[in-house]
Amino acid sequence: MTNPSIYSNSTDNSISGSPVITTENVSIFYGSFQAVRNVFLDIPKNKVVAFIGPSGCGKSTLLRCYNRLNDLIPGARVEGKITYQNIDLYDPKVDPVEVRRRIGMVFQRPNPFPKSIYENIAFGARINGYKGDMDELVERSLKGAALWDEVKDKLKESGLSLSGGQQQRLCIARTIAIEPEVILMDEPCSALDPISTLRVEDLIHELKQRFTIIIVTHNMQQASRVADYTAFFNAEAGEHGSRFGYLVEYDRTENIFNAPQEKATQDYVSGRFG
Amino acid sequence: MTSEPISHSESLVESSQRFRAPRLINQIFRWLTLALAVGIGLVLVWITYSLLSIALPAIAQFNLGFLFTQVWNPVQELYGALPQIYGTIVSSIIALIFAVPLGVGVAIFLSEDFLPRRVLTPIAFLVELLAAIPSVVYGMWGIFVFIPAILPILQGVHKAFGWIPFFSTAPSTRQMFATGLVLAIMILPTIIAISRDSLISVPPQLRQGAYGLGATRWETITQVLLPASLSGIIGSVMLALGRALGETMAAAMLIGNANRVNVSLFAPASTISALIANQFGEASGLQKSALFYQALILMVLTLVVNMLAEVIVNRFQQVE
Repeated sequence: MTNPSIYSNSTDNSISGSPVITTENVSIFYGSFQAVRNVFLDIPKNKVVAFIGPSGCGKSTLLRCYNRLNDLIPGARVEGKITYQNIDLYDPKVDPVEVRRRIGMVFQRPNPFPKSIYENIAFGARINGYKGDMDELVERSLKGAALWDEVKDKLKESGLSLSGGQQQRLCIARTIAIEPEVILMDEPCSALDPISTLRVEDLIHELKQRFTIIIVTHNMQQASRVADYTAFFNAEAGEHGSRFGYLVEYDRTENIFNAPQEKATQDYVSGRFG
Repeated sequence: MTSEPISHSESLVESSQRFRAPRLINQIFRWLTLALAVGIGLVLVWITYSLLSIALPAIAQFNLGFLFTQVWNPVQELYGALPQIYGTIVSSIIALIFAVPLGVGVAIFLSEDFLPRRVLTPIAFLVELLAAIPSVVYGMWGIFVFIPAILPILQGVHKAFGWIPFFSTAPSTRQMFATGLVLAIMILPTIIAISRDSLISVPPQLRQGAYGLGATRWETITQVLLPASLSGIIGSVMLALGRALGETMAAAMLIGNANRVNVSLFAPASTISALIANQFGEASGLQKSALFYQALILMVLTLVVNMLAEVIVNRFQQVE
């Protein structure tokens, strides 16, 4: 297991700025099954970090630990330490609801609520105690998600009446409406067509000014297009034959794709992956 | 060894005209299902026609005044349906007032992960068993166990709130309110089972989406899950209302069969189905006709409820 040294090399060389989220020796279990092993990873502020790797390498599992969404899965357990702004996310005194108000999430499949477009955005703001002008917030959020021009005349219509790409941007709009500091994106474009995908990627570039973004993707071109830093995860068979995921290499995106330190990374990004 | 290829030597028309067993079966099946579909419609028409034709003498005699008259006098041949219509609707409303919040609450509990699945599944099964109890058993239980048990409470309510017209008479042992409560228990399984299914079928992504925005479980349930499953919940309530309106045996045993409207819920009352069950044996002539008139009213009532259910469910589905 060489992760820690890779990590420290990478930090020394390239990862700069103060981290918003730190991941120290994190392992994730479902019951007795270890899904992710010994990850060290820092997320710098106002950058886009991509998690890439083959299926089953634990990248989505790790992502869902950052907003404690894995709490919903019975038997899920996190070992090690994840901090957000130097506070342990898994401290018993920390309320997972508060975590999710500061670390927003966009899911793999667009999941707008069966409410109007307006209410889809107002819902999150209202439960977060937003007292200001709701109309203005809805407009600002939809503009932020590059959706305003397409929906401004039909805010009362159901969010489900939109196309898949529009629905996903609506989900991004409702996430930025609650003003999180970090946005987690779990393969946000995997259910979208190429044009919608490009629009979401453009949006990610804009959102970077205000938010820290962690994006899980299967699409390596996407990672190279949107991410400042890329973490490559791989899966390996454990001692009992069950596969576990681990972090292979974490570096600036151009280094991962052009000059990776590890052979596994080289094989994966060049498509020679078994 | 090659198999014979499919021959296309015949023209398309020739091969289409040739006898083929599957095509014949296809035709027979089509006509059979058509006959069955028309048949079920004919049964409905037949029942409606019989009700109308037998009720006709009473309709001719009493006209729409039947709906607003409080009399049931076989000696003088004077009949009216107001106490039964009132009793049917009010007892069903009482049942809904208690069963809807309770039923939806239980459905929420059973669809969340408050308890491990191996505990929830038997509870859900027991709830559905409630629906399997015959209504005559509910009636007996109501007479010998339930009403004696709640009578002291109702007496307390009467003492404290007797100034409210609904509680203005001393609780009788056969009465509207207790009947409504037993009806509530009888319709609970319908509401619980269908609402629970509806809640469970809400896509898990919606729940995750709400949690991901920092919603608490309460906010997720009340503002996302319940609205998303509203059409199913309303459907369950309408089905339950249909059952409460038409419930015969338990109502006949518990309600007291009083042929007058009494505002007090603690007084004996009557329902359409209870009246029919009590009187069909010795009814003939105009009395029989009046009973069929009552039956017709009950049918229209349930029909209206079902149509309302359709309209409401459709409206909510459009919003989704």
